[in-house]
Amino acid sequence: MCATCGCGTTEHVHEHGDGTGHVHEHEHEHEHAHGYEGDYRIVTLEQDVLAKNDRVAARNRALFGARRIAAFNFTSAPGAGKTTLLEALIKQVGGRFPLAVIEGDQETARDADRIRSTGAPVVQINTRTGCHLDAQMVNAAVTALDPPRGALLLIENVGNLVCPALFDLGERAKAVILSVTEGEDKPLKYPHMFRAAGIAILSKVDLLPHLDFDVDECLSNIRRVNPTLRVFQVSTKKGIGLPAFCDYMASQVAMTPA
Amino acid sequence: MHELAITESMVAAVAEAVGVARVARVRLQVGRLAGVVPQALQFCFEACARGTTLEGAALQIDEIPARGRCRECGAELTMNSFVDTCACGCIEVELMSGQELRITQVEVEVQ
Repeated sequence: MCATCGCGTTEHVHEHGDGTGHVHEHEHEHEHAHGYEGDYRIVTLEQDVLAKNDRVAARNRALFGARRIAAFNFTSAPGAGKTTLLEALIKQVGGRFPLAVIEGDQETARDADRIRSTGAPVVQINTRTGCHLDAQMVNAAVTALDPPRGALLLIENVGNLVCPALFDLGERAKAVILSVTEGEDKPLKYPHMFRAAGIAILSKVDLLPHLDFDVDECLSNIRRVNPTLRVFQVSTKKGIGLPAFCDYMASQVAMTPA
Repeated sequence: MHELAITESMVAAVAEAVGVARVARVRLQVGRLAGVVPQALQFCFEACARGTTLEGAALQIDEIPARGRCRECGAELTMNSFVDTCACGCIEVELMSGQELRITQVEVEVQ
């Protein structure tokens, strides 16, 4: 169905109510409305399709602002290490300020269980067939979590480098994670996500000696898509780069405007 | 699959805007770099419109080309991707259009 995700058709025959049909590959003019008799009037809307999501996202952002909550939306392909990075971050900064976590997955509460074992309050959202979190889901989760003033809110999106790029959740920034096993070309292949991100984390860098992954080329590809994107190189397994990333996240809590 | 969620949002927004009137056509602007596949929107539209005032309506998608301006030399160019570079060699091109995802017009039946 979604050609971007690679899971369906890119063209199809469209059947009209009046029995005619055409393949949606070419430009065509509709001379008539379908299946209706009578007169028509034009209503000008000029409204963004995602206006409703953006309104709820603005409400979330206002709530975060009022409570001085720093909210980050973590996105990546499945298996890049989102939950592992959050676990490591929580262990490093836990106790310095309040934490709250929203976990997004199609199914299971596995990630929420992992986060819960660190002691951080967590809510799991299961999107079922959905491939991304939206602002309304986050709004409901935030209501349930009720994070205190001055908290760091970590939102782990569904593992997907495509769809979450388009949905504002009200976060301060999207944090995109790319593991070195995925290949240095991913920023070019999934430019929407890397363009939408405020920070990037290159994960599993302890594996670099075993791979042909070219870090400089990857960084250059990131810069081509998003010239000002700040990149942290991290290995949670070996602790490489973790202090710098955790200090950055802590500084974000401290600098949250009143 | 985000086209399904986007189409659902669009149908809901149109239905809310026009009330009980039956909709004959929806006009949508989709930018070249909006991150949405027009064919996938068409595919989802019929299913999402079923049982609403948009059932049987046509979805007309106006594709908007992406235009950028070079931050270095100021030249304007048509862009097919976020990583298109300027002829001057500069990689920093500011996107001016091409990310639109807007409902522009709705044609409704007059009762």
